[in-house]
Amino acid sequence: MKNVLALIMGDPLADRAVPPTGISARLTVFVAAAMAFLAVFALALSLTAGRLASGWADDLAQSATLRLPADLDETNEALRAAVNVLQTTIGVASARVLEADEQRALLAPWFGPDIPVESLPVPQLIEILPDEEGYDAEGLRARLQAEVPGAVLDDHGAWREPLLAAAQRLRLVGWSVLALIGAVMAAMITLAAHASLAANAQVIRVLRLVGARDAYIARAFVRRFTLRAGLGAILGTVLALVALQGLPQADVAGGSGTPFGFVGLDWIWPLAIPLLSAIVAFAATRAAAFRRLKEQT
Amino acid sequence: MVFGNTAATGKGKIVIELDNVSYGYGGTALFTGLSLKLAPGSFHFLTGPSGAGKTTLLRLCYADLRANSGKVRLFGQDAAALTRDEVAMARRRIGVVHQDCQFLDHLSIAENIALPLTVADRIADAQNNLAELLAWVSLGPQAGQRPPQLSGGERQRAALARAVIMSPDVVIADEPTGNVDWEMSQRLLALLVELNRMGKTILIATHDLAMIRSMKSDVNARVLRLKGGQLVQAGADL
Repeated sequence: MKNVLALIMGDPLADRAVPPTGISARLTVFVAAAMAFLAVFALALSLTAGRLASGWADDLAQSATLRLPADLDETNEALRAAVNVLQTTIGVASARVLEADEQRALLAPWFGPDIPVESLPVPQLIEILPDEEGYDAEGLRARLQAEVPGAVLDDHGAWREPLLAAAQRLRLVGWSVLALIGAVMAAMITLAAHASLAANAQVIRVLRLVGARDAYIARAFVRRFTLRAGLGAILGTVLALVALQGLPQADVAGGSGTPFGFVGLDWIWPLAIPLLSAIVAFAATRAAAFRRLKEQT
Repeated sequence: MVFGNTAATGKGKIVIELDNVSYGYGGTALFTGLSLKLAPGSFHFLTGPSGAGKTTLLRLCYADLRANSGKVRLFGQDAAALTRDEVAMARRRIGVVHQDCQFLDHLSIAENIALPLTVADRIADAQNNLAELLAWVSLGPQAGQRPPQLSGGERQRAALARAVIMSPDVVIADEPTGNVDWEMSQRLLALLVELNRMGKTILIATHDLAMIRSMKSDVNARVLRLKGGQLVQAGADL
């Protein structure tokens, strides 16, 4: 903590010994701001994808639907048989026949609210909720095949699983982009630090001649670049958060209640970006400074 | 041949020693088998024609260059074996007046003079002796000026002040009177003689034989001549 405070407060005389170079200062602030801006969006993408994957995984585990074909001759008898099968299946917590209004609501987005469900050949649906241990889907299918021919058990896996995989990959892409942003920022700051060290070669030589240790010389550069990167990252993060708030808040999961951006504790991540940027700048500049200083007598 | 007055003074270790040192670059040898010992409190002039290697020899003495062969010892330690931090610590004990002064032009003269204390994290010490040092080299009124605003003589005196602010054991001066008139050169040399009387080891490289002749009687100085890659003691012909 003492070292962190010393880094922030600095030594005015030591700072004066190394004159700032305008272009590298502006470049560092700009790069840090741009990278922080992109990092906020990559984070938002990654965290949103994570929430989607998590929500879909929960949905997969928590519900299934049994569908009885509409052209089944004895629908009511089949319905009773299906409910009986479900009620006697280990792992099924409840089996509820969807009412006509519920079926109408499901079809409303495609056919409008006034669709006459009762007079149409619409399959009868039964919502199945498993208990904590779950049921044996293959075993249940086999029983249904025997006792209610034509009934189809849909555990939503056919369309949820690809979406889940896509969401997980999207999250991975988000984190990869973040890592790439960190690496690019480190590379750019290393270049800027090298330029600054090269521009101050004569200053460094004089400091060495009067007895300055490498750590003393490096400290002036490291402090300057760390603070610039931190400042740039604060600017970039604030701009990105403002831009994020300006986006239309559409529900990206189509009903799962997951907006694009940050929710709850997610907010810790964007707030950490300036700190992480400063740490990246500190490490990059320190490595560049010591490498460069070793090349000089 | 070994120069210096260790036996005469009998005061502790040799401060700087070059032992059978060879140095050259681009395939050309500048020195071969050169030896030199600077005893504590000794005063040496190093002379020789331009291009003989006076500045190079001085740079070997403060570990700004590494010998191709032989040993350079700073305060008894092999300079080639010193870490970069140890070299920095050794340089705090060696004040150097460079031919071109080597100032930081964006700092004031006072800040330049205090630079060795600044880099040693001893800037508080400057509060006590900077004013006194500026007065010693008659630069009080110029303290706030930048190096390019000063005359050659003022810059040389400021360089001398910076060289001694850490109270080093050795002061090495490379042509300290090269850019100043006779009167100023006498003032600068008087300051160096004063430092020697305070016990500092002095090594001055100069091609100004008249200046050496004028000063030789004031101090018990040895005059070394660097010629043809060899170091010889100057005789009565000086």
